[in-house]
Amino acid sequence: MINKLWVFLIIIGSSYLIINGRFDVLNREILGSGKVTLDLIIQIFPLISLWLGIMNIAEKSGLLDKLSKLIEPFLVKLFPDIPKGHESFGYISSNIIANVFGLGNAATPFGIKAMKSMQSLNVDKEVASRSMITFLIMNTCGFTVIPTTIISLRMLHKSENPSSIIFPCIIVSFISIVFGLIIDRLWAKR
Amino acid sequence: MSNLFIPIIVIFVIVYGYFKKINIYDVFVSGASEGFIMVRDMFPSLLAMILAVNIFKSSGVIDFLFSFLKPIFLFLKIPFEVLPIAVMRPLSGSFGLALLNNIYGIYGPDSFVGILSSVIQGSSDTTVYIITLYFGTIGIKKIRYALWVGLFADLFMVVVSLIIVPLLF
Repeated sequence: MINKLWVFLIIIGSSYLIINGRFDVLNREILGSGKVTLDLIIQIFPLISLWLGIMNIAEKSGLLDKLSKLIEPFLVKLFPDIPKGHESFGYISSNIIANVFGLGNAATPFGIKAMKSMQSLNVDKEVASRSMITFLIMNTCGFTVIPTTIISLRMLHKSENPSSIIFPCIIVSFISIVFGLIIDRLWAKR
Repeated sequence: MSNLFIPIIVIFVIVYGYFKKINIYDVFVSGASEGFIMVRDMFPSLLAMILAVNIFKSSGVIDFLFSFLKPIFLFLKIPFEVLPIAVMRPLSGSFGLALLNNIYGIYGPDSFVGILSSVIQGSSDTTVYIITLYFGTIGIKKIRYALWVGLFADLFMVVVSLIIVPLLF
């Protein structure tokens, strides 16, 4: 999918430029893209490091575990197919908390463990279970408290208030996650 | 309000860690060192996407291909520029970031289009990638309604952004 998309964008874009005789623009974009990427990475780097440092404190002090325990009672309601006290709940809540605090890389291993333990409860090993789908919907809605990369990017472009987007992002992703879970429920009951 | 958010979390986490008597300074430093690995891993895919996005966007072919949609967007008072971000967001994170960089460059990060695109990028995740990765890892072949619900929620998120952002800014 990404393969085709990538080739499509480059081929369509460059042919359109060549037809219109704008070789200078094409040349500039090809040669300049490395510099644009590097500027972006350099700008994102400090804030990501800072955030990972702070979040390591949250993890090692047991704060993230505590938050995970806090949301577990809600998960029991969202995942009625998983028996109470099953190990899946621990992995699911750790994955959600890691995602909420913008630790995508730390969230993935928990997510995989959650999927594996839900697979152990699954009847048909090749067909997705209802719990798995609910879990992935929660993941794809991307509920994050601090979108670090976007804030960094806004700083790079000299935004007057780089963190002004935090509040609207929280509202919008919260509404969409609630909506996603409702649709998921309705669909599962069909 | 948004200005208080980060300081509160940072101070709370540090004070909490201090009272839990962990080796707070070393823990911060070892966590921060992971940032380098993260951006190093991000660079190649971001480079690939910025190359493609910049060629595609600066060619002006979007206006040529999708000009028929413009009256609809104009009628609904939706900035045309958010269409690519909304469509591409579920496919690739680097792609969205490349587009966002492009939009900030043209309109500025504090413009209405800039804010709207930030919220769309920040309130969702790479739906298609997450579903493929997780189901692929555990060997699920029939994903049933997972992708449809995920994409439907993404579409809903865009609509909610279009309503919420004008209300707040």
